[in-house]
Amino acid sequence: MKLAIANPRTSKENKTGDWRSFKPIVHTENCIKCGTCASYCPEGCISGVDKKNIQEREFPKIDYDYCKGCGICANECPKKTIEMVQEEK
Amino acid sequence: MEEYFASGHTACAGCGMPITVRHALNVLGKDVIVVNATSCLEIVSSAYPRSAWGVPYIHSLFENSGAIAAGAVASLRVQGNDHTKVVVFAGDGSTYDIGFGVLSGMLERNDDVLYICYDNEAYMNTGNQRSGSTPFGAATTTSPAGKVNHGKMQWKKPIAEIIAAHQIPYVATASIGYMADFESKVRKAKDMKGARFILTLAPCVTGWNYDSSKTIELAKLAVDTGLWMLYEIEDGKFKLSLRPQQFKPVADYLKMQARFKHLSEEQIKTIQEHMNKAWAEMK
Repeated sequence: MKLAIANPRTSKENKTGDWRSFKPIVHTENCIKCGTCASYCPEGCISGVDKKNIQEREFPKIDYDYCKGCGICANECPKKTIEMVQEEK
Repeated sequence: MEEYFASGHTACAGCGMPITVRHALNVLGKDVIVVNATSCLEIVSSAYPRSAWGVPYIHSLFENSGAIAAGAVASLRVQGNDHTKVVVFAGDGSTYDIGFGVLSGMLERNDDVLYICYDNEAYMNTGNQRSGSTPFGAATTTSPAGKVNHGKMQWKKPIAEIIAAHQIPYVATASIGYMADFESKVRKAKDMKGARFILTLAPCVTGWNYDSSKTIELAKLAVDTGLWMLYEIEDGKFKLSLRPQQFKPVADYLKMQARFKHLSEEQIKTIQEHMNKAWAEMK
């Protein structure tokens, strides 16, 4: 019998990045790797800066396959170092 | 970090609900079974044949998540599993209204379940109809603002107090604008036994009608204006988590959202006074 059950995390096949009309760009020169952007991202698509140990952290890396361009990361960044730029074709 | 709620879910850009779920699961870890009442969360995370979940997941009806969770935990315990946590994620529609009777039963039996309600203050999945949670003055499709009515004419149902009246071990309110507070409440509830309930404010971009980048800002502002109180009731003992040093005017919060745009200065004053009274009654 074959069960109609979806496999874990298969939502990753949905590339929701194509919803985006504004794209967040991280200007790393002012970034303090606080992780606020990654914490508040509804998509959970910001990595690098999400490690517990601050020494191991890299600058935020946004996975544009999933980023919907909501702008929360740019709005919440305490250093205002994320810029929302209009997408172009 | 392990992913218990994956990218590629189809919540609107800027939605507060996936932020709630992701943080709660990061605290709870993988030894959980999620029961999810019909809601936006179910629609955006489990459209067949795909799933965003990295933990076992049961979708229940609107009305019976409390009973399904009670059954799941009874089944685990009878099999000798005393470690797996059963957690319910439900919206305000199922918590305040449709599933309330069954939830009340779960609370009265003190079933070993952690129930987390992400509150976006209306039936958002079906396009913004008023619920018991919709605040006074908010326009929805079933409480429209017009010549006679100014949005919803009733006050929000005090669900956390109603749930606390069941005398369960733990009740808390939280907001995704105060993430460390929310996480610490989930951490505390995780290791307790019996029925536990956490109510989290999770702003809705389309229903509240604001710019998608302002979700966290609004969730913070709801607390800073005093409209959304953060507290816990542990074994019947009430403890305020935060008293704003200086309350911001409620108008700051209301004017950021188009669901309140029709409100007159006088109606805003009514909301401000109602809130002042609630705080004055707090000791």
